[in-house]
Amino acid sequence: MLKIDNLHVKLEDEDKQILKGLSLEVPAGEVHAIMGPNGSGKSTLSYVLSGRDGYEVTEGGASLDGEDLLEMEPEERAAAGLFLAFQYPVEIPGVGNMTFLRTALNAQRKARGLDEMSSGDFLKLVREKAKALKIDADMLKRPVNVGFSGGEKKRNEILQMAMLEPRMCIMDETDSGLDVDAMRLVADGVNALRSPDRSFLVITHYQRLLDHIQPDVVHIMADGRIVRTGGPELALEVEKNGYGDLLAEAD
Amino acid sequence: MAEAAVQTKDVTAPAAGARSVDALAARLDALAVPKGGFTAAARADALARLQAMGLPGPRDEYWRYTDPKAFNAPVPQPIPIEEKAPDSPLFTDLDRIVLVFVDGQFIAQESTDLAGQGLEIDILSAADQGADHWAADLYGVLETAGQNPVKRPFAALNTVAATDGVLIRVTGKAEKPVHILHRRGSADADVTWHHVIRLEEGAELTLLETGMVGARSNGMIEADLAAGAKLHHIAAKRAGHQKLGFSAIFARVATEAQFKSFTLSVNGTLMRHEGVIEFVGDDAVAHIAAAVLGDGAKGPFHHDDTVFVTHGAERCESRQVFKKVLKNGAKGVFQGKILVKPGAQKTDGYQISQALLLDEDSQFLAKPELEIYADDVVCSHGSTTGALDETALFYLRSRGVPRDRAIVLLVLSFLADALEEVEDEALRGQINDRLEAWLTRRAKI
Ligand SMILES: Nc1ncnc2c1ncn2[C@@H]1O[C@H](COP(=O)(O)OP(=O)(O)OP(=O)(O)O)[C@@H](O)[C@H]1O
Ligand SMILES: [Mg+2]
Repeated sequence: MLKIDNLHVKLEDEDKQILKGLSLEVPAGEVHAIMGPNGSGKSTLSYVLSGRDGYEVTEGGASLDGEDLLEMEPEERAAAGLFLAFQYPVEIPGVGNMTFLRTALNAQRKARGLDEMSSGDFLKLVREKAKALKIDADMLKRPVNVGFSGGEKKRNEILQMAMLEPRMCIMDETDSGLDVDAMRLVADGVNALRSPDRSFLVITHYQRLLDHIQPDVVHIMADGRIVRTGGPELALEVEKNGYGDLLAEAD
Repeated sequence: MAEAAVQTKDVTAPAAGARSVDALAARLDALAVPKGGFTAAARADALARLQAMGLPGPRDEYWRYTDPKAFNAPVPQPIPIEEKAPDSPLFTDLDRIVLVFVDGQFIAQESTDLAGQGLEIDILSAADQGADHWAADLYGVLETAGQNPVKRPFAALNTVAATDGVLIRVTGKAEKPVHILHRRGSADADVTWHHVIRLEEGAELTLLETGMVGARSNGMIEADLAAGAKLHHIAAKRAGHQKLGFSAIFARVATEAQFKSFTLSVNGTLMRHEGVIEFVGDDAVAHIAAAVLGDGAKGPFHHDDTVFVTHGAERCESRQVFKKVLKNGAKGVFQGKILVKPGAQKTDGYQISQALLLDEDSQFLAKPELEIYADDVVCSHGSTTGALDETALFYLRSRGVPRDRAIVLLVLSFLADALEEVEDEALRGQINDRLEAWLTRRAKI
């Protein structure tokens, strides 16, 4: 599904290389986790994959089902099935959460040649998904993420994911800021979406999330590269011993 | 800061220079100035005042950001009449009294019956054949009061030269809104219209204005609100890309009355709107707001809102909310003042002016002023100029919203505070749709 090959990325405005030959493949139906020290480039990777400005790919590439992701506009990547749950969800004053969800959903449907969803069907769908994530009607009415608590923002990201039903979901530290119960809600939300033709790339610092969302593969990222790839046991190792040994080994 | 309001009627002002006397004479010559019946005295007085103050120049304090040259010229450049407006007319689905003006001249055949419950309507050009009218107490009177401390030559010119307009006296709760619909007739029309609105005690009126007027226009509303009256004024102006327009609204607001004025303005080479509001009774409310869209792609765009609110009574609330969206070298100006006179305690004054610049060529100039002579008041003002929030734009696009559509959403969200000032939800919805259509059309270019 997602294939990243020898990706080199620098900041557009600065001579700073952040990704330094990152390769990774997530087959359909699998859940991969990325762990790595602060500043190793995990968020940068997620932004570059979803098309944010300000980065320059100097070498290598990334594709979704064989299609060159880096050639596409952000909205085209979304329509192709890519979704990023942001580490820091963005507040948009003046744009209602419902308008936002509906505009996004219908734009994607249109891009895929489908009819717009009727308001009735849409409302029903939002209510159902929001209920599962314990997002109340009041939050849906408010402007996007404005005045939401940290945990509410993260749940709102998962609500969007549940509504848009992407095939490739990237989650950047969705677990940070969540209380124990919210983490379970989010994990349930993700697990409900798991299917043979949907994949996940879960960026996290903590083993705890991976107790709830069982990964097939765990990657360790450091200084802009994947330095180790293994099974779920790798996450346990990080939890127990930190990155020191793993990174020393990689060197 | 302007000087404190100590001047009385300015008859001692130094005579304007010889050049500007000639310019004013040429300006007046080019207009067909009516002699006037009940307005005759007011017109003569305005002419004397105008001759004393002269036409404005770029050195005048409130004309530094806006060059009045094109307003001063004897005649405007003709502007071809568009075959068809890009949008369908607004508010047509409402049950309303419609007054149609073509090049500023009332057209009875195209208008609805003027009779309505709770109000009486006269047409200025007809009423001015006679020597008496209730509007004689107001025509040019609020304008004169509004000349102090800031000179407003084009408002005085309007009082001198207005050829038509409506005179509305509201005695109860007007059952239907009054819709003044302007249309263009000839390419070179230079139009001066003047409305007088009087709301008696406890009366209520919704006044709608739409359409285009002339190649150049000078329009004025004098609105007098008696105790407990409510006036809700909504103007949706679409100017041509070469159009010149001056407009002014003077409001006198008595005890517990509510005055709300919202203007939507798109396009226009040179537009200036002056809002002059005075509280003369306690516990009254006045809101004045505008949403302005300017695109310099099809010709220069310059839009100036100049507002002066005088708190001369206790516990009054005033709000000024001005939002401008500018692109392709468009220029926006806001000059807004809150004056709190001695004794106007518990005044609540608020003013915000904001511009969203969609590119680096566009420009916003703001001059917010507070002048306060009472000690127990809450007044605040703020002004911001900003670009589109790139992070929000990316967030929307990452959810699949195409860039153009995402920009439209963000611009609408920027304008939302100004639109909130339109109380009626249905009317607000129509204006929002109109804005959205305009923005969507532009986004594709
Ligand atoms: N726009 C930017 N300007 C300057 N430096 C940047 C920018 N974006 C990323 N960086 C730098 O690149 C490095 C990688 O940042 P990134 O946010 O991708 O790390 P991360 O792995 O997500 O870290 P964390 O675990 O703390 O979220 C950091 O050193 C960061 O400071
Ligand atoms: Mg990060």
